[in-house]
Amino acid sequence: MTAATPPTVTAPAKPDTVYFFGTCLVDMLYPEAGLAGMDLLRHAGVRVIFPEGQSCCGQPARNSGYMEEARAVARAQLDAFPGDIPIVVPSGSCAGMMKTHYPHLFEGDPDQPRAIAFAARVHELTAFLVNVLGVTLEDKGAPVTVTWHPSCHSLREMGVVEEPKALLRQLANVTLVENKRERECCGFGGTFAVRQAAVSTAMVSDKLASVRETGAGTLLSGDCGCLMNIGGHAEKVGDGTRCRHIAEFLMERCHGG
Amino acid sequence: MSTASNTARANILGRLKAAPGRPGPDLPPWTPPTYADKLARFRQMAEANHAEIHDVTASNWPQRLATLLNNRGLRNLMIAPGTPRGDALVQAAAQGVPLPPLVPYDQSVEALKDALVHQVDAGLTGTRGAIAETGTLILWPTAQEPRLLSLLPPLHIAVLEEDTLHDTLAAAVRDQGWAAAGMPTNALLISGPSKTSDIEQTLAYGVHGPKELIILLVKKGE
Amino acid sequence: MAADGGHHPEHAPRFAERAPDALNNPQLRRNFRRAMDGLMAKRAAQFPDPAYWAELRARGAAVKARALAKLPDLLERLETNLTANGVQVHWAETTEEANAIVLGILQQAGARTVIKGKSMVSEEMHLNAHLERHGITAVESDLGEYIIQLAGETPSHIVMPCIHKNKAEISDLFAEKIPDQPRTDDVDELTAAARRVLRERFANADAGISGVNFAVAETGTLVLIENEGNGRLSTTLPPLHIAVTGIEKVVEFLDDVPPLLALLTRSATGQPITTYVNMISGPRKAGEKDGPTAVHLVLLDAGRSRVYQDVELADTLRCIRCAACMNHCPVYTRVGGHTYNAIYPGPIGKILTPQLQGLDAAGDQPHASTLCNACAEVCPVKIPIPDLLVRLRREAVRPTETPATHLPVVKDGGAERSWKESLVWAGWRLVYTRPLLYRMVTRALAWGGNWVPASAPLMRDWTKARARPRFKPRTLHDLARERGYLNEVPK
Repeated sequence: MTAATPPTVTAPAKPDTVYFFGTCLVDMLYPEAGLAGMDLLRHAGVRVIFPEGQSCCGQPARNSGYMEEARAVARAQLDAFPGDIPIVVPSGSCAGMMKTHYPHLFEGDPDQPRAIAFAARVHELTAFLVNVLGVTLEDKGAPVTVTWHPSCHSLREMGVVEEPKALLRQLANVTLVENKRERECCGFGGTFAVRQAAVSTAMVSDKLASVRETGAGTLLSGDCGCLMNIGGHAEKVGDGTRCRHIAEFLMERCHGG
Repeated sequence: MSTASNTARANILGRLKAAPGRPGPDLPPWTPPTYADKLARFRQMAEANHAEIHDVTASNWPQRLATLLNNRGLRNLMIAPGTPRGDALVQAAAQGVPLPPLVPYDQSVEALKDALVHQVDAGLTGTRGAIAETGTLILWPTAQEPRLLSLLPPLHIAVLEEDTLHDTLAAAVRDQGWAAAGMPTNALLISGPSKTSDIEQTLAYGVHGPKELIILLVKKGE
Repeated sequence: MAADGGHHPEHAPRFAERAPDALNNPQLRRNFRRAMDGLMAKRAAQFPDPAYWAELRARGAAVKARALAKLPDLLERLETNLTANGVQVHWAETTEEANAIVLGILQQAGARTVIKGKSMVSEEMHLNAHLERHGITAVESDLGEYIIQLAGETPSHIVMPCIHKNKAEISDLFAEKIPDQPRTDDVDELTAAARRVLRERFANADAGISGVNFAVAETGTLVLIENEGNGRLSTTLPPLHIAVTGIEKVVEFLDDVPPLLALLTRSATGQPITTYVNMISGPRKAGEKDGPTAVHLVLLDAGRSRVYQDVELADTLRCIRCAACMNHCPVYTRVGGHTYNAIYPGPIGKILTPQLQGLDAAGDQPHASTLCNACAEVCPVKIPIPDLLVRLRREAVRPTETPATHLPVVKDGGAERSWKESLVWAGWRLVYTRPLLYRMVTRALAWGGNWVPASAPLMRDWTKARARPRFKPRTLHDLARERGYLNEVPK
C-alpha cells in the first residue's frame, strides 16, 4: 500500500531561513500550538519568518466547491510568501491543500507556475523537523503515556506516517501506544461535521472509544481540525483524554514550553 | 437489431465520438510473478482453494481414481467419450478396474438434463493446463467435453499434467496464444470448488456447483 | 431517489436525514463494522508488497484509461467480433430501452421464467420488476441476491448484497419463505437450502440473465467472475443467455484482463482469484452438447456517454466495481448501503449517482464525505474519488458547460446553489484576501467570538456532540510579533 511506503528522504540541504504558515484555525483557536511550532524550528537553529499577510490555505472554499473564492485566497498566500524559502505548516491538512491541490486549483490560470513552485516549497512541520532538520530532542518531562492521531490528509496527501512517531520515540519518558484504528478518519471533514452531523458524531464517538482503548491519557495530533473535533467531543461527554498539538507537547517537554 | 437499438447505437456512438479527445496512456511495465518451483506454488494455492490433489502416473490414475471414488461410495461417474481421459476410463473399466458405473455425456444437455441435475455424483474432465500463482485450472470445454461436466455434478475430478503449469494467467494467455488462436465458445478458469461467503462472510462450499474438486496430478515420466 | 431523476429534491429524504435510522440501529452497525473489518484485512493480506501493488495498479489504471480513450472504437470492434462469434448485440440509451430489449428477446423466445446471475446493471434497470409486470418470473441465484430478493429488499453493497443481514435474520427469512425449512444457525445448512431451491429453478429456467465484468473487444469475449457457480449455470444451462452491461466495461485486448482480474478479486474480497472465471465467446456451436443456443449482449448507456464528455469526470468510468472504496469508507461502514438510497452506494456511488441521475436527485451525495482519501488509497484503478467529489460539489453550485453542447457538464448543474451560501463565501473571500481586514476580523473574534450564542447556525450542530471551540485572546499573528518573529525576510 502506498501509505506504508516510507517517505522518500532526499536529504535536502538544511536551510537557514523558513517561512511559517500558521493556518487560520491555529491563528484564532490554537495560537499556542503555532507558536510552539515556530519555537521548535527556532531551537533547531533556523530563522523563522511569519509573514503577516497570511490568512488561510483556501481549503474550506475549495472543499465546498467554491473554486474562484478558494483561488483568490490561495493567490493571497502566493503573494504573502515570496522567494524560494521553504514553507512549514503545523497541519497536514493545510499543507496537503497547498502541496497537492494548488497546482490543480490554478489550472488555466496565469499564476499556475507560481502555484506549482509554491507547492514544491510546502512542508508539514513534523516531517520537516525529522527529514530536513534532523532534530534531536531531549526529554525533560515526567513519564507519560500518549497515543498518536494522524490526520487523513497528513497520511494520505502528505505521506507523513512515521515522522511524528519518530519524534515522540526520541523522548525517553514518553510511552507511545498505537491506536489500532489510527488510520480511520475522526469524522471532522470541515463542513462535514455540521452538514452530516449525525454521521460525524458517530465517527468521532468511535474514534474516542478507540483512543480510550489505548489507555493513554493524552492524544497528540498534528492537525487542529481533528483536535477540535476529538477534543471537543471528549470534553462534551466528560472524557478526561487530553488532546494536544504535537508541537506544543514537544516544546513543553524539551524546552519547558 | 431493432430500429430502436440502431437509433440508440448511432446516438451513443455519436456522443462518444463528439466528446473531447483524450490521450490514451502507454501501458506502464508490469512484471507478473514467476516461480522457481511452479508445482509447489500450484499445490499450495490449489489446496488453499480447498482442492484436493492426488499425485498419479499416466498408467495408474484410473486405479487411483477407482479407489478414491469407491472410498467415497459414489454411485456413478460421468465422463466425456471421445476424449483421451474419458476413453482411458472406459478401457480401464473394461479391463476390470473397479470404477463405479460410467455415465457418458454423449447427448445434448436437453436429453441429459435430469441425470445431470439430479443423478450424477461426479464428473471427470481434462485440463488445458494450470496457473501456479493462484492454483487455478484452465478448462476449454469442447464438443466432446461439455461445459456442464465440471459444474453440475457435486464432485469434479480434473486430470492435470504436471508439465502444463504456467506461472500466471498472463503467461498462460501469452504462451498458449489465446487471442491469436481464437477463443472457444467457453473458456474457464477454475480455482477450487463452488463457494460462497454471502452469509456473515462464513465460507460454505458447494452452494451451486461442485462441493469438492479433486485434481489428479499426472507426474512426468513415471 | 426517483428512477426518473425528476425535479423533486424536497421530496426525497437527503442523506443526512436518512443516516440517523442506520446510525441508531446497533445490530446494523455491528454487522457492517464486522464485515468491513474483515474485508479490509483480507484485502490488505493480498497486497503485502507495496512496490508490486503500485506497479499492478498503475497497469490496471492505464489499461482502463486507454480503453476509455478509444471507447467508441472499441465498442464497434466489440460488436463486430461478438457478431462474428454469433452473439447478438443490442444498444440501449436508457434503462427503459434496455428493459424493452430484454423483454422483447424473452417474449420472442416464449420465456416465462428467468434465472439471474448477479448484475448491478440489471439492478440499475430495475429489470426484475419490469419482467414481473409482463408476466415473467426472474429469480436471483447469487446467494446474497437470492436472500434480499426473498426479503423484498435491495442490495446494500455491490459485491456482498446482503452484507447488512446476519445469520439469525437470514435463518428467520428462510424459515418463513422456504417450505419445510427449519430455523438453523448453521451456514452450511442455510446454503444447502438455497442450493436445493435454486437447482430446480436453474433446471427449469427458460433463460439466464447475467452481467459482465470485462468485455474484450479483440476476441469478442464476455468475462464473468464469481465464486458460487450460479453465474456459470445461468449462462450455460438455459437455452437462452442475455448479458447486460454498461458501455464502460469494454477493454481492448485479452492481455488486458489478467492485471484487471488480479486487481478486482484481491480488492473486492481479498481472494487471489475467484473460483470461476467464465469467458463466453458465443452460443453453442454445431456439435456442442450444452450451452445456450442464443446469446445476446445489451450495451447500456444510461448517462455514461454524458459522463464521458468531461475528461476529468470520465475517470469515474474506469471503475471495475470491486467495492474496495466502500469497504474502506468510514461513512459507509457506519450507515450501510441503504442510506445512500441509490443502486451504487459508498464513495463510487457518491460520484456516479449524481452523474447518472443528476444533481437535483443526488446533489447532496458528494457532501456525505470527509474527503479522508481512504477510497482513493485503495482504488485499484486510481480513480481520484475525493477530487471528483469536490468537482461535483462545484458543479452543484457553479455549473460548468460542455463546450460541444453548452449543457451543464452534470445534469441539473447548480442544483445546490443558494444565495446565502454564496454570500458567506463572498464575505470569506473579501476578508481572507485582505491582510489588514483579516487581522481586524480575527482580532474582533478573539475579543468577542466566544460570545457567539450556541444557538447560532453551525454552532448549534457542532455543539450537539462537541464542546464549542474557544477563540484565544491573542491570535498567532499577535503572539508571533510579541515573540520577535520577523514579518519578512530582511533585505
